[in-house]
Amino acid sequence: MMDFLVATVLKIALVMGLVLLAVAYLTWLERKVIGDIQVRYGPSRVGRFGLLQPIADGIKLMFKEDIVPANADRLIFCLAPAISIIPALIVFAVIPFGPSFVITDVNVGLLYVFAVTSLGVYGIVLAGWASNSKYALLGGLRSSAQMVSYELSLGLSVVGVVMMAGSLSLVDIVEAQKGSWYGILPRWNVIPQFLGFVIFLVSSNAELNRAPFDLPEAETELVAGFHTEYSSMKFALFFMAEYANMIGASAMATTLFLGGWQGPLLPPVFWFVLKVFCFLFLFMWLRATVPRFRYDQLMGFGWKVLLPLALVNVMFTAAALLMFA
Amino acid sequence: MVPLWAYLFLSAFLFAVGVVGVATRRNALVIFMSIELMLNAVNLSFVAFARFLHSLDGQVFVFFVMTVAAAEVAVGLAIIIAIFRNAETVNVDEVHLLKG
Amino acid sequence: MEWALFLIFALVAAVAAAGMVLQRSPIYSALCLILALFAQGGLYVLLHAELIAAVHIFVYAGAIMVLFLFVIMLLDLRPESHPPVQFNRVGVLAGFVLAGALLVELALGVGPRIILGPRGPYDLETLRMVGNTQAVGRVLFGEYLIPFELTSVILLAAMVGAMVLAKRRLE
Repeated sequence: MMDFLVATVLKIALVMGLVLLAVAYLTWLERKVIGDIQVRYGPSRVGRFGLLQPIADGIKLMFKEDIVPANADRLIFCLAPAISIIPALIVFAVIPFGPSFVITDVNVGLLYVFAVTSLGVYGIVLAGWASNSKYALLGGLRSSAQMVSYELSLGLSVVGVVMMAGSLSLVDIVEAQKGSWYGILPRWNVIPQFLGFVIFLVSSNAELNRAPFDLPEAETELVAGFHTEYSSMKFALFFMAEYANMIGASAMATTLFLGGWQGPLLPPVFWFVLKVFCFLFLFMWLRATVPRFRYDQLMGFGWKVLLPLALVNVMFTAAALLMFA
Repeated sequence: MVPLWAYLFLSAFLFAVGVVGVATRRNALVIFMSIELMLNAVNLSFVAFARFLHSLDGQVFVFFVMTVAAAEVAVGLAIIIAIFRNAETVNVDEVHLLKG
Repeated sequence: MEWALFLIFALVAAVAAAGMVLQRSPIYSALCLILALFAQGGLYVLLHAELIAAVHIFVYAGAIMVLFLFVIMLLDLRPESHPPVQFNRVGVLAGFVLAGALLVELALGVGPRIILGPRGPYDLETLRMVGNTQAVGRVLFGEYLIPFELTSVILLAAMVGAMVLAKRRLE
């Protein structure tokens, strides 16, 4: 019992530490990558290649004045950033980083991830409501409608993966992608479930509230959306939640569609990190390239394109499994 | 192991709180939430019975209750929005006329 | 250990449920209900109904309560516009009578004698071997297939109904 507790606590501490470190440096990476795409330098003053920039930013945010608007609902205003970051972090409890490196393997792992990530919307909605500001409220309303809508296609896009693995446990789903077809093609879900993969990527981008789906914080129309009134560490928590969610979504895409930690020669954890990194780069690339949707386009796209496509994917997968398996 | 009656007592308490909410509150949204609480209290006893009878029927019933609750929320909230649009209030005492 | 967890979850659920009825502002009511639902999810895990727990959080906390918050925000119900909660005696009385009746029933029926029906085949060992999800799936899509299909009709009706009701005007 004691050994189990100590081992678990150590694992949790390790994973949380690495995720938070990755969050800090992801901000640096994103600024660098987008800077390169837009042919400018990005951060370059603090440390070599601006490598100390995240630390400088962290110190700056910590020492800024913490302002709570006069007519805001104090309790909810302070609670919202915490509600936002906790789900973003506890997702990592069930993600397998390596063959035996997973904090806990839950029988309903995938459902757990969806249940937890669906809570992230509360942070945004409550922040928008509690700020008592028009822009924040509009951002909160938009994000609740957007996230509930895209959750449907996100959930349906992985049903095919679940059907192929016959399990909701993430460890089992990775195991089911072992081996290869004809000795060359890896047996990853991305090949038979390509449609599901694309739907998953698009919907998770929308769930992350990132460009081109960043309407809840659209700078040009809503100032900064739901976190307009936030400052100091509370603002930093929202920022960290966004990046932690980004890592979480990339890790989920890796686990579900790219065979998780599996890969030849190199150690499994390396493969995992490499695949996650590819997805992170893709998200940054999308942000730098694609302009923002209009609100009605966004809703129409989710309900009239992604959702029917996801249903078609489920039907075809079921039919194929019945015929060939 | 926690015995069955503990779960049943909690379930009864939650149900009673829900009844008090429906009977005393005048805000249609809060009344609606109290109904949800009552449904959930019943769900809790379903799951508890399923566990102690070594049967899964209770858990399956919870699924059905959740489906019906989701459907109910969709329609109910739409009705509340429609009422608010006509009467500018969600207080059930103020919308008791048949001709709004 | 199990008792401790049960007591924590039960206490949170009970207090949050009471808070929901007592709160003046609907948004705090909704938050209290969300907390109660979370505690209930914990109780489901204690009862070894992991699948139900996950679906419960997903459906209630993830979808239904977000809709509630959405409507509260859409109608912009600020606490100032709400008179303090006044409890009419009939309602409170009804609640207490009902609670009393339920407790008496419990005390007579299940308390001392624990009258239970015939045991089913799914004890903990079996569940652990088959897996909770798989076992529930078999029952749901076997014995209860027709009711399951019928729920889709309910959902369809609800979907159409909600759209008709919430749309401003039907062209």
